[in-house]
Amino acid sequence: MKPGRFKYHPPSSKAEALELKARYDVDGSFLAGGQSLMPMMNMRLAQPEALIDLNRVPELSYVEERGDRVVIGALTRHAEAERDALLGAACPLMGEALRHVGHQVIRNRGTIGGSVAHADSAAELPAALAALEAQITVESSSGERVIEATDFFEFHFMTSLEPTEMVTAISVPRLAPTTGFAFLEVSRRHGDFAVAGVAALVRDGRARLAFAGVTPKPLVVETSDPDPAHDAVAAADEVGLADDLAGSSRYRRRLIAVLARRATERARARARGAGEGS
Amino acid sequence: MKERVFGKRMPRTSDERLLRGRGMYVDDVPVRGALEVVFVRSPHAHARITEIDLEEARATPGVHAVYGAGDLGAFDRPLPLLFPHPDLVEPRTQNPIASDEVHYAGQIVAMIVAEDRYVAEDARERVRLELDPLPVVVDVDAALEDGADQVHSDMEGNVSGHIVQQVGDPDAAFRDAHLVLRHRYILERSAAMPMETRGMVAEWDPRGEELMLWNATQVVHPLRSGLAQFFDIPESRIRITAPDTGGGFGVKGFFMYPEEVLVPWAARELRRPVKWIEDRVEHFTASHHERTQIHDVEIAVTEDGVVTALRDEFLVDTGAFVPYGLELGRITAGQIGGAYRIPNIHVGFRGVYTNTVVCTPYRGAGRPHMCFVTERALDDVARALGIDQFEVRRRNFVGDDEFPYRRDGLVTADGFTVIMDSGAYFTQMSMLEEALDMPALREAQAASRETTKLLGVGLACYVESTGGGPYEGAHVIVEPDTGTVRVTTGFTDQGQSHSTTLAQVAAERLGADLASVQVELGDTAKFRWGIGTYASRGAVHGASAVDRAAGTVRDKALRLAANMLEVSPADLEVEDGRISVKGSPGTSVTLGQVAKAAKPDRYGFDNDLAALAALGPAVPRESSDEGPLLHSDEEPGLEATGFFSPQNSTWASGVHAAVIELDTETGAVRFVRYVVVHDCGIVINPLVVDGQVIGGIAQGVGGSFYERLAYDAQGQIQNASLMDFLIPYATEVPEVELHHLETPSPLNPLGVKGAGEGGAIPVPAVAAAAIDDALSAFGVAVRRMPLDPEELMDLAAASGAHSDKGDR
Amino acid sequence: MTDLTGDEVTELTLTVNGERFTREVPVRRLLSDFLRHDLGLTGTHVGCEHGVCGCCTVRVDGTAVRSCLMLAVQAEAADVVTIEGLSKEGEPLHPVQQAFQDAHGLQCGFCTPGFVLAVCGVLEDDSRTELLGDDEIREAISGNLCRCTGYQHIVEAVRIADAKMRPGAAAPESRA
Repeated sequence: MKPGRFKYHPPSSKAEALELKARYDVDGSFLAGGQSLMPMMNMRLAQPEALIDLNRVPELSYVEERGDRVVIGALTRHAEAERDALLGAACPLMGEALRHVGHQVIRNRGTIGGSVAHADSAAELPAALAALEAQITVESSSGERVIEATDFFEFHFMTSLEPTEMVTAISVPRLAPTTGFAFLEVSRRHGDFAVAGVAALVRDGRARLAFAGVTPKPLVVETSDPDPAHDAVAAADEVGLADDLAGSSRYRRRLIAVLARRATERARARARGAGEGS
Repeated sequence: MKERVFGKRMPRTSDERLLRGRGMYVDDVPVRGALEVVFVRSPHAHARITEIDLEEARATPGVHAVYGAGDLGAFDRPLPLLFPHPDLVEPRTQNPIASDEVHYAGQIVAMIVAEDRYVAEDARERVRLELDPLPVVVDVDAALEDGADQVHSDMEGNVSGHIVQQVGDPDAAFRDAHLVLRHRYILERSAAMPMETRGMVAEWDPRGEELMLWNATQVVHPLRSGLAQFFDIPESRIRITAPDTGGGFGVKGFFMYPEEVLVPWAARELRRPVKWIEDRVEHFTASHHERTQIHDVEIAVTEDGVVTALRDEFLVDTGAFVPYGLELGRITAGQIGGAYRIPNIHVGFRGVYTNTVVCTPYRGAGRPHMCFVTERALDDVARALGIDQFEVRRRNFVGDDEFPYRRDGLVTADGFTVIMDSGAYFTQMSMLEEALDMPALREAQAASRETTKLLGVGLACYVESTGGGPYEGAHVIVEPDTGTVRVTTGFTDQGQSHSTTLAQVAAERLGADLASVQVELGDTAKFRWGIGTYASRGAVHGASAVDRAAGTVRDKALRLAANMLEVSPADLEVEDGRISVKGSPGTSVTLGQVAKAAKPDRYGFDNDLAALAALGPAVPRESSDEGPLLHSDEEPGLEATGFFSPQNSTWASGVHAAVIELDTETGAVRFVRYVVVHDCGIVINPLVVDGQVIGGIAQGVGGSFYERLAYDAQGQIQNASLMDFLIPYATEVPEVELHHLETPSPLNPLGVKGAGEGGAIPVPAVAAAAIDDALSAFGVAVRRMPLDPEELMDLAAASGAHSDKGDR
Repeated sequence: MTDLTGDEVTELTLTVNGERFTREVPVRRLLSDFLRHDLGLTGTHVGCEHGVCGCCTVRVDGTAVRSCLMLAVQAEAADVVTIEGLSKEGEPLHPVQQAFQDAHGLQCGFCTPGFVLAVCGVLEDDSRTELLGDDEIREAISGNLCRCTGYQHIVEAVRIADAKMRPGAAAPESRA
């Protein structure tokens, strides 16, 4: 289990990284935290001609407040984002979702941008970002685009990124104290990818849910029904559910209902708690 | 009186090296210039090789050689059948490299030797292999159907053999039964999965006559014997060392894997050291599996729930070959009846070939199955007759005063009649019940039924034939001057803490200071005879052999010291390495001094004549003149070799109980408590035994709810990575409450029984019983394991347990 | 730069266990292989090479990471600590190492260096005033697989080390 041959480029600036990507196009892969790409390379399931290592581009690593949003640089490690006080205060759903990403040592190295660009349908971040109506900034040597998270994720491991583009930042909204939130998941073992997971936001009695692990891209459901399970399952049925070794579509359908209720309940309780406190 | 070291709960003596990163595992062995091997393995489970083109791979820069079966010459022959049996009528073993037909995905079709593994993997991508797929057999039941596809084209059907045994008169007992229950019980395929994969480094002397093999194996001596035959050279020309080994659990206890002949063979061909370190994905198909058995069981009972007969015909999935014969089935069969009298037994099994990886022992080795069958059957009896799960066991237990308990007609895999040597099953059960506090648990369970998270309490007893197989030996020597005690034995260590426990035995018997004892294991050059570490036999054989050798050394030390101190041996005592006259502690010599006195040559840097003279003669001189320091009848040195071979298996036992919380909405399970009463006879080191038991339980938990090697119909493993084959983390396993019971074995001088496997054996039965109990209001009976959350949720749903509360 | 086998090779300078090394390495060489086979620091073990088992955990610039999921070249100018660097030969064991010894927290020892380094990362976190509870300990070590111990004695070892490294800290609520 050793990687095949590749050319290695460690650019020191974003501009340089984008130039390299423009040169290699689909034959070049960005290497960020490597927690997904390196296993695939070790198994020789991925054999890029060139690796563009982003770990020497410090300008991609930051958490900043911009207006009513928090912007997270793509190279920010999961662990840094998880511990970030600004992000924790402004958008606590992110921290709750991040704690479900792998294990501590994985999060020490894995990056926000890497998870987003990798777009594993069973990963936690895409669902959290879809629930949050996050925006994803992508850049190429010829310019910048901002894409809604719900448009960014297209299918398993597929996004609306062009071959010459890189995810450079994501921005999430500051949540009002009266917005309830919750992230729950069912995984086989602690730290495993979600068999089914859900990010939930509740505002003014209305729930916005985004599920991980059940459909090729985050499944977003908005509902005002006191029991959100019905709408969630109906939305899932329209798309068709994943059916694999981790769980059949029938099992996932059941989990969607359970998680929808449990997450909404928790989010509602938090929204109420905040309301009473203020 | 000084505190004994034998029986003491104490930390291990040999950890510092490992904790500082100074262990030497096989991939750490510093062999200069070693080339590295990568194997090309069949991607198909059953196919005919139509073409294999190795030329492009050979041309890869950095590649030294690429071998196919045709390159092996006379060595292209079947690997040995280790355990022939008259009823094993269709034995098949594989050749080192497949040449014509491949029988499982992962079978070796070529071998690449290169500068390093990176380059070898580059070359592997350039091998062109064309295969003509043949029908694949994966399902054991389907393999037995009329007209089933053939795993081996050259035989009829897929059954390798059928072995039947009988105790008493089961037919009559079934005729007279009040009630007969019939059920099918199943355990599925799993694997040992040690954290270190297999691996080896082979190096020949420049003439190509002597082989040095470092191998992560549990069995150095048997492998030496096999390789001597394979290469047709004397055993004395082969040295095999098992360095520090990162876990074994049986998968490294098999020997004559194809790689074990191919790597040494290539090293001789190339006149270079050659190394193969298995990678993790490769491990899933290159190293053996175990577990799939299907049992069709009939139980005859009286109206009081006394089981009068058990009939079990079962199927053992052996995988594509049977190099280990039908031993797994034989071990299973030998455990039938468990802790219960059950006077009439019929047990038979068939070995069934499938196009899958070969199955050989994994911790428990056939025993979890029979425990599952027997314990689940007892629970089925309890359910059918409305008897409590504790009570039904008490009505059937072998009495505490009924040992030794014989089952004439039934033999262990070693060929001994099953005679359970000692035990105290009633006592064991009482200890468990007391620890559990059932009334409180039943209350908590009732409360849980108001929620969607149901509590269940399950228990299972097990017995385990331990310490099988022939002898082990040990050599004990006291080094002159330093008094260091060196214990050397042939069997191996994969983490079982033998260095500490054997040191405890030697120190205790010898009267030596524990810190002065050093233990060496697993090297054919250091101890000439041995078998290996498997079947929970290290303590039974190895510790008994050390005890014998140390006893002989002690006797000699006392004999010599008696002469040195001019007293009778009976007047002497040994403590902390010093032999002193009872009641006169000032008059003494150290073991090191005696060892020096027992040396014909006392010369060295410290030739203080007065000091040497003061040591005195070790034995009466033959004349009053200057004579030899050692009597001519006495061998030099303070050393001895001891061997031990038990007359029969020792039977360890235990009872485990689990309190499990089942989330009926998601199928998630959580262990609330896990309580164990464990009896492995006399315990040498309780801390070490705790570690063995708890570790075994974690593997059992894996086999109950997480680990399942999932083959698809094409014979491909669908979860061949640690991402998908779910070994539990710390977050999935219970905190174990452990109680020891010690019923000494009469079959060895220390009274010990094996402890290595017991922890793993009953867990699937315990877990299944707890799930039953959680859903007991709904009439669920779990008769197959493992269960994943989806299956658990289905059980809950089918039972109706969540239809009424699932909406909360 | 390429070597005879066609690999792109580069020069790498880094600090490992306080010692500075400069070596030529193929760019595809994994950090785990570089530490083990180029520097001879074989205390870092390799159990899966896909980032699950945690045996290869080392600390890079203070952070515990999987060395099988990093290229050696990515450690350019980094400060790497392996198990061999945690306590010097002849000096007492690090409290975490000592606790593993005292609690019988290791059997075969193969996973141990990875556990010890991951645990050090957790226990050195200064933001904590309470000792870790058992659930937190289990969570903290849940990125490392052990096939021998069933984890119970490892949990005990972490409990002992935590108490030793944080004298005077309050007991966790779960055990208070």
